[in-house]
Amino acid sequence: MRSKPRLLIALDILSAVMILTAAGLVFFYAPVEKLMGAVQKVFYFHVATAWVGMLGFSAAALAGVFYLREGKERWDIVGVSAVEISLVFFLAAIVLGSIWARPIWNTWWTWDPRLTTAAIVELIYGAYMLLRSGVDDPDRRARFSAVYALFGFISVPLTFISIRLLRTIHPVVIGSAEAASQGGFNMDASMQITFFFSLAAFSIFFADLLWHRIRLGELNSAVETLRVETNQEGI
Amino acid sequence: MRSYFKAVGAVIWKDFRAEWRSRENLSAMLVFALLVILIFNFALELDLDTRASLSAGVLWTTFIFAGTIGLNRSLAVEKDRGCLDGLLLAPVDRSVIYFGKAVGNLLFMVVVEAIVLPVFSFLYGFNVFQPGFLGVVILGSIGYTAVGTLLSTMVVQARTRDILLPILLFPLTLPVVIAAVKASQGFFQNTPLAEFSVWINILVAYDLVFIAVAMMVFDYVLED
Amino acid sequence: MENKTVIQVNNLEKRYGPLTVLQGLDFEVKAGEFVALLGPNGAGKTTLLRILATLSRPTSGQVRIASCQLPQAGTALRAHLGVVSHQPLLYGDLTGEENLRFYGKLYSIGKERIQEVLALIGLVNRKDDLVRTYSRGMQQRLTIGRAILHNPSILLLDEPHSGLDQEAGETLDLVLREVALEGRTVVMTSHDLVRAAGLASRVDLLSRGRIAASTSTGDMGPNELVAFYRAGLRDGGGA
Repeated sequence: MRSKPRLLIALDILSAVMILTAAGLVFFYAPVEKLMGAVQKVFYFHVATAWVGMLGFSAAALAGVFYLREGKERWDIVGVSAVEISLVFFLAAIVLGSIWARPIWNTWWTWDPRLTTAAIVELIYGAYMLLRSGVDDPDRRARFSAVYALFGFISVPLTFISIRLLRTIHPVVIGSAEAASQGGFNMDASMQITFFFSLAAFSIFFADLLWHRIRLGELNSAVETLRVETNQEGI
Repeated sequence: MRSYFKAVGAVIWKDFRAEWRSRENLSAMLVFALLVILIFNFALELDLDTRASLSAGVLWTTFIFAGTIGLNRSLAVEKDRGCLDGLLLAPVDRSVIYFGKAVGNLLFMVVVEAIVLPVFSFLYGFNVFQPGFLGVVILGSIGYTAVGTLLSTMVVQARTRDILLPILLFPLTLPVVIAAVKASQGFFQNTPLAEFSVWINILVAYDLVFIAVAMMVFDYVLED
Repeated sequence: MENKTVIQVNNLEKRYGPLTVLQGLDFEVKAGEFVALLGPNGAGKTTLLRILATLSRPTSGQVRIASCQLPQAGTALRAHLGVVSHQPLLYGDLTGEENLRFYGKLYSIGKERIQEVLALIGLVNRKDDLVRTYSRGMQQRLTIGRAILHNPSILLLDEPHSGLDQEAGETLDLVLREVALEGRTVVMTSHDLVRAAGLASRVDLLSRGRIAASTSTGDMGPNELVAFYRAGLRDGGGA
């Protein structure tokens, strides 16, 4: 029975601490924004989860490429783990975005580029999982997943650009002169600290979850191998 | 090199020959496309003004749905009597299969489009016979079939078959849909080309990128 | 006839995820030999044949066919391989002749050869009928025609007699014997021990993922063959 590696235990503790600290910073340290009020604080978590979602998406595509080149099962496990986890993170980002949007723009959903692209990525994830469930042979399943993750990853920037050209009311928070008129805002120093700390906290959290999920995948695979071996009359 | 193109040509010839016998694929695509246009006509009840902005969308939605049918059937034929193995056994590069099938799918889609467009023009009153617009139709169809052929090759080897293809394909082809619709609108409304040429650029970029990537990964999709 | 080794397989392993189908398999076929590969269901006969046909990649091990190392040199090798599998590999909506013409284009084969093959398999008078309308025996003969169209020096057959009635089976045997006489190297998997032994010069037994036993068919009668089969399974640790 493989026990949890020390480093993972350390990572567990670190993520927990950082998330709690981030929450503390958000609620108690960062100032309340003038125009939007308290709800603006959702922004810290919203961007962080969306950022992590993108991280996961990239990780899945990268793992896919590595799987195609090397054929090692581990890359497939990394890929599906990344997809599963960032599926949840993106969902959180979308929900948080809705919570933020409601009081500001008086609507739960907006068809703006970033939100729409996030929704599309969720759909790609859903398709990815459906594809996996439709293929029985493990090697083939891994190969198809890798190819689809890669295709998905390449299509998303193009999709984003297309939608962006189509329309936008999403606040451009970082670096736009018209930010305020679009509902954006400038961040002062304490906000910046909170913001980047949240980003870091969620990234660590993601790594932690990913590692756990990969372990789960590998254990699962080992169980499958044992099961098949005992069923076969000893090849 | 010549034998490569000869092989690709052989695959296309074979698909057209077989299709000519039964005409199942083409007629299914065609009937479906016309039905979709009809349904949209009643579902949307467009007055003359909104018609201008929505008709491009109706058109491309029709093409996308009808295209799915063609894509599914094209690869299903190969799976049915194990013919995919027959293609894999030929002493040619595996990409011949991809190109042969992709071009064949594209041609089928173009045939259907060629029939649907005049009908559409008749019902909605747009001049579809502008070379620029036809170019957009071709570019969009290329992108769609390039990705669709690759995905349907995967889907045909999976259990859940037909329904899986649209689910996999649609999220990936959104850039094509958006760009093709906007570019088509530009032509319908006689907007100066400079204003909407960016959409054509997006179509070209999409086509190039995905044909290249599809060629690189196709082997992996056919491996056993 | 040289005694050159045409097919050389060493320590072949094929796994599908956690499932190991072939393991530590050694297999050798010399030029002109007709080898029948027998074994219980699930032993891996089809898997082995697919690997030899370049349709499947080995998980590990060495496979050399006609001095081409697989899987890299697959494309070049396929010009010398003729494969008959479980499925007919024929297009139902094309005529018999059109099917051969299609494959002919892929292998760069001319019209005369197509007519020649049609005559060899006895389908000249049905060549313009859609393959959909062919009986199973006719489809099987056309499949063989497709396989030998490009005059391959190596033939791989996967249970070609399955689903055929007595008469169709005998016609098939005639075609196979003629084809084998032309000096080709043949590997055929089969369930039918006696029939296979009648065609082949050597019988190998595949059990539990490796070759468990081998014998030349020579003067062996049906009883001896069955005894060989049972013994091979037992000693190979099988069924």
